[in-house]
Amino acid sequence: MYTVVGDIFRKCDSSSNIGNAVLYECICCVSSIHLNPKLLEAAADVIARFLKSDSHNLKYMGIDALGRLIKLSPEIAEQHQLAVIDCLEDPDDTLKRKTFELLYKMTKSSNVEVIVDRMIDYMISINDNHYKTEIASRCVELAEQFAPSNHWFIQTMNKVFEHAGDLVNIKVAHNLMRLIAEGFGEDDDTADSQLRSSAVESYLHIIGEPKLPSVFLQVICWVLGEYGTADGKFSASYITGKLCDVAESYSSDETVKGYAVTALMKIYAFEIAAGRKLDILPECQSLIEELSASHSTDLQQRAYELQAVIGLDVRAIGSIMPSDASCEDIEVDKSLSFLNGYVEKSLEKGAQPYIPENERFGMVNISNFRNQDQLEVTSHGLRFEAYELPKPSVQSRTPPISVASSTELVPVPEPSYYRETPQTAPVPSSSDTGPSGLKLRLDGVQKKWGRPTYSSSSASTSNSSSLKVVNGVTQVDGVSSGNSKTHETSYDSRRPQVEISEEKQKLAASLFGGSSKTERRSSTGHKVAKASSHASEKFQTSKSTTIYSADNAVEKPNLVQPPPDLLDLGEPIVASSAPSVDPFRQLEGLLDSAQDPGTFGGTKAPDFMALYAETPAGGSAGVALPLSLNRDGDNLIPGLSNASSNTVHGGTTVTNPSQISKGPNVKEALEKDALVRQMGVTPSGQNPNLFKDLFG
Amino acid sequence: MIKSVLVINTQGKPRLTKFYDILTVEKQQELLRSVFGVLCSRADNVSNFVEAESIFGPDSRLVYKHYATLYFVIVFDSSENELAMLDLIQVFVETLDKCFRNVSELDIVFNYSKLHNILDGIIFGGQVMETSSAEIIRAVEEISKLEAASNSISLVPKTVSGWRSR
Repeated sequence: MYTVVGDIFRKCDSSSNIGNAVLYECICCVSSIHLNPKLLEAAADVIARFLKSDSHNLKYMGIDALGRLIKLSPEIAEQHQLAVIDCLEDPDDTLKRKTFELLYKMTKSSNVEVIVDRMIDYMISINDNHYKTEIASRCVELAEQFAPSNHWFIQTMNKVFEHAGDLVNIKVAHNLMRLIAEGFGEDDDTADSQLRSSAVESYLHIIGEPKLPSVFLQVICWVLGEYGTADGKFSASYITGKLCDVAESYSSDETVKGYAVTALMKIYAFEIAAGRKLDILPECQSLIEELSASHSTDLQQRAYELQAVIGLDVRAIGSIMPSDASCEDIEVDKSLSFLNGYVEKSLEKGAQPYIPENERFGMVNISNFRNQDQLEVTSHGLRFEAYELPKPSVQSRTPPISVASSTELVPVPEPSYYRETPQTAPVPSSSDTGPSGLKLRLDGVQKKWGRPTYSSSSASTSNSSSLKVVNGVTQVDGVSSGNSKTHETSYDSRRPQVEISEEKQKLAASLFGGSSKTERRSSTGHKVAKASSHASEKFQTSKSTTIYSADNAVEKPNLVQPPPDLLDLGEPIVASSAPSVDPFRQLEGLLDSAQDPGTFGGTKAPDFMALYAETPAGGSAGVALPLSLNRDGDNLIPGLSNASSNTVHGGTTVTNPSQISKGPNVKEALEKDALVRQMGVTPSGQNPNLFKDLFG
Repeated sequence: MIKSVLVINTQGKPRLTKFYDILTVEKQQELLRSVFGVLCSRADNVSNFVEAESIFGPDSRLVYKHYATLYFVIVFDSSENELAMLDLIQVFVETLDKCFRNVSELDIVFNYSKLHNILDGIIFGGQVMETSSAEIIRAVEEISKLEAASNSISLVPKTVSGWRSR
């Protein structure tokens, strides 16, 4: 294979479009097969040629090809650094996009800052939302993976959010919040607090800008609420004032308002917990009052909670709103065990015990939906389970004991039904003996409408349908595995320049690093590889299942008896006798042997009669024959004299003229009869003109 | 596979549209409008390839060529090579040129059946059939000869055997 590809490389004419297309495909091939250094070199040469050309098209192809080879040998990229930079700055949009894709592929921790900065700049200039989302998510990905410092990370995320906040996945925002909350795992509180204060500062700065995306605002409010007053640099009133401004300017966005008011609550809580006097600004007060009457129940709830929290004392607040507990899980005691003491005391005082939840009127136990084994549905509540299937006969089962713990339950007749159905359900329904009588009563029915054969044929059809399904799956997988070929398009274009500017050199150096350890973004590579291997695996397994089910389907028909002919209208004898006597075979024998023209007509007639006498079962077939002869009769008389009577029958030419004159042409009759048989002649019915021809 | 072949003039009027995917008419109109929007904003010296994912869905690219007042556009997916598609446009236009002698937009407007014949000879069902313009021209000439012949009167024998012998 290597020689073939090598030959193509050499022989291809690079001056025509199609020649270049072939070369490009060669490079793609080289990048996907097992590594061969010579071919790789040849490919690199071709890429160099592409990038040096003036045509944008060729540069585009060159960068695309470079992107494919990058994962095999990253040092190729470094040779073409300048060309790539030129492409980046090219006014051609397509070329730029391709170059960004290339850069995305070759990002390492050394050049991530530069690349991401450029990407963000580009992203800001894009108008097309679809593409903007893509680039934004790519930036985020790169930032998350290769962030050199947390501070940089937050700055970058801020920028991304600012310009494409609504297009990014909401999870990204939560990741950011989590990151700030959890710190970076180093247990270094000072670093964390520094980070947080820097975040707070930057957010306070940004918050004044108009038209920020909603997601971003949510993040800002959250951060300000949690950590705004943590380092004491900003007073609570300052921050709360800012939060109120946010809530008012984005009054149509309820999520943001929710975040803002919760942040207010946190700040007030922290103030109280710290023992400082709470000083609520008038605008905050009006905001809270407004929200208490809001249409949104969520906002109302938050506002009331805020008012309640403010009213509590220091200790309570300290326990419900500790100052740095955003990462701690809230434990919920579902059984409310801490109230047990209170309950016992009340019971002692004579209060009524609780009715177990199962029995409360109108209450349906949620667990009923899940396990039908233990259900006691109250007779008055809504019924959520299906009615039970009709019970055929008296069952000998005793009404089962209710599973509910309490014994004071009044046995209601209905629940016993329920007891039945879930227990009949697990009984295999495929048994033929009809245990619960849910099937038709078939005793005394002579011949069922092919039920056993239907079940087997349905099995075979289900096999075939599963075959089809599997085939469909294989087709889909084949396509998907074909498409999952990583068409990493990357752009590399190169232009030989006499003077290379300083700036470009610096940019090139920063982008292409030159570090010996190449940190691949193995995750995406792995992801892609996994996806394609998944697809190929599925392909293979589904292929094997097709083979298996094909075998199955092949075997199955052999095992199945031929289904009884459904058109048999209750005459079992017919089926058995039909194959045994085939009047037409007999006729054919006659045709061959009949060489003496003299006895042709004469001997025929009595034989036909004999046939009719013999086989009453073959009556249907036999009667059709004379009918056809009758029809033939009209044609035959004129046809007898005219040798071109074959027109009706197309193929058969009776060469013996004497034979024609003798009697009806048997072959023609046979064919006609076949046609008649197809047309479904009724076996019954009088045909008075039956034997006219025979004796005529 | 090739998803569609379009010929749009510089004012946005489509002169030939062939879609190899099943699309409703409204969707087709929408696609045409967006393609034209992309094309008319392209400068002259940029590359001829455009990412068409926002218009045609995932994994679709667009190659266009600007000839005088017409844009020839081919939309395809990742199984085809961009340069090859560019070459195909070239073949198409060359064939048109040979058929019509200095083809212009008017020729395309008034001879749409011939145009479709030529296009079907090159691309059919989304796959490339023939890339040699000589072959296609030969085939198209034959079709026109037959069309011309069928317009003239020819005697049909009355007897059945006459039919048969034909």
